[in-house]
Amino acid sequence: MALLEVTNLRKAYGDKVVLRDVDLAVDQHDVVCLIGSSGSGKSTLLRCLNLLEAVDDGVIEFDGREISDPLVDARGIRREIGMVFQAYNLFPHLTVLANCTLAQVRVHGVPKAEARDRAMELLTRFGLADKADVHPDALSGGQQQRAALVRALCTRPRLLLLDEITAALDPELVGEVLEIVRAEAEAGMTMVLATHEMAFAREVATTVCFLEDGRILERGTPEQLFTAPREERTRQFLGRVLG
Amino acid sequence: MTESAPAAEDWSPSPHQLVRAGARRRLDRRRRLMSTVVTLVVLGAVVAGVLVSPGWPRVRDYFLSWHQARGSFHSITVGFWVNIRIFLIAEPSVLILGAAVAVVRQSKTPWLAPLRLLAVVYADLLRGVPSLLVLAVVAVGVPALQLEGVPSSPFWLATVALVLCYTAYVSEVLRAGILAIHPTQRASADALGLSSGQTLFHVVLPQAVRRVVPPLMNDLVSLQKDTSLVSTVGVWDAMNAANDWQSYQFNGTSLVVASLYFLVIAVPLTRLTDWLLMRQIRREQGAL
Repeated sequence: MALLEVTNLRKAYGDKVVLRDVDLAVDQHDVVCLIGSSGSGKSTLLRCLNLLEAVDDGVIEFDGREISDPLVDARGIRREIGMVFQAYNLFPHLTVLANCTLAQVRVHGVPKAEARDRAMELLTRFGLADKADVHPDALSGGQQQRAALVRALCTRPRLLLLDEITAALDPELVGEVLEIVRAEAEAGMTMVLATHEMAFAREVATTVCFLEDGRILERGTPEQLFTAPREERTRQFLGRVLG
Repeated sequence: MTESAPAAEDWSPSPHQLVRAGARRRLDRRRRLMSTVVTLVVLGAVVAGVLVSPGWPRVRDYFLSWHQARGSFHSITVGFWVNIRIFLIAEPSVLILGAAVAVVRQSKTPWLAPLRLLAVVYADLLRGVPSLLVLAVVAVGVPALQLEGVPSSPFWLATVALVLCYTAYVSEVLRAGILAIHPTQRASADALGLSSGQTLFHVVLPQAVRRVVPPLMNDLVSLQKDTSLVSTVGVWDAMNAANDWQSYQFNGTSLVVASLYFLVIAVPLTRLTDWLLMRQIRREQGAL
């Protein structure tokens, strides 16, 4: 059974339909990459998965249970799902370490010392140990995004949603962030990520979905999609971004 | 793009979605019902608590006499016009002077150093001294100096005293707003070639003011109410008129009438600014 199953999802803002007829199944240990131009609905899809947006139709099932139901406890679902945003969204009034322990302690009831150890272990692994007591604004973009990843990983989510997490970074800082994602993918983390990094998508994805105008126009393994796309629109898009 | 055009029209919600929409509506109705019930119960309990209290008939006769309200209405109206005039003069003055003091305090120009020191001392001093005492000192002390050309009417002296007190508060509120603006905003204004004055007036202050609207309103409404303090230095305002009526008639309804006057101008003003603020936030955060 799929960990996450989306059926016939629809989302509109007023008259503007952002997602339509979206079906998506994500198995445990899958890495699903969403590609497509800006405004194709990648971010909105991720936000719907995390219940940050109420859907207008269709069903989202997580672990065999419908989570798109308005009666479902959204916080209970979000405990299990980690999310990282394009603009980092670290809390500027807290140190990096406090950013990483907040949800562990307050949401998951982890004892403070344990939360600290967990956070320090991850920060150390991702080269941020010396930044633990610094406030986020004092870090580079790449460091902030790595800290945001650590914050999301600290609570051991079963599914990780990454929303164009390298889009705001310098090309030379992209690598250090993707390093972490690559390591998580290898460790078996289930992920859905929106990305503009085609080479990276090709390397880590188990499935690549090409979104256009709110629907998944084409999907397949990276080899299929990048070397032999069926759809003309996919070919055009890949031609543009791969130069 | 070609195949997307009809999508908006030919979509109809699935049965599942209809059930879900129903559930959302029910939740919504339940929330509204709950808030109505809670409000009615709490308000009812408070009103009932007052009405059944043993002293209620006496309190009602003393504070809520229609006859007394009508009798005191005219003199309080005349008095309240004085409060309004003080307020209309003091409020813009306080905002302008407060902004000036705040700007001076956070400036870095060396030739403003003495003014900066003065601004710090001024803010500390006038926020520390009770307004009542400032009023007394200004209204009694300034005429006693017998300076030429300085107004000696209690109206003007009292207004100046209030402006002095409230400028100190408002300058601190605005300064907090200025300090809360992220340095990147100044940097991008600098990068566009704006002078420091232009940066202040077109970039920093507009954002700063918006952030501090709620505490600013606190101070302005408080100033509105404190115009009643001028009654202590012999200005014939609504407070004085109400007091006068109360001591002649042995009835406090005049005080309630004066209170209502203050409420009538304070509540719409706070509601209006609240609404403006919310609209601004919605606009800036791009909510749909």
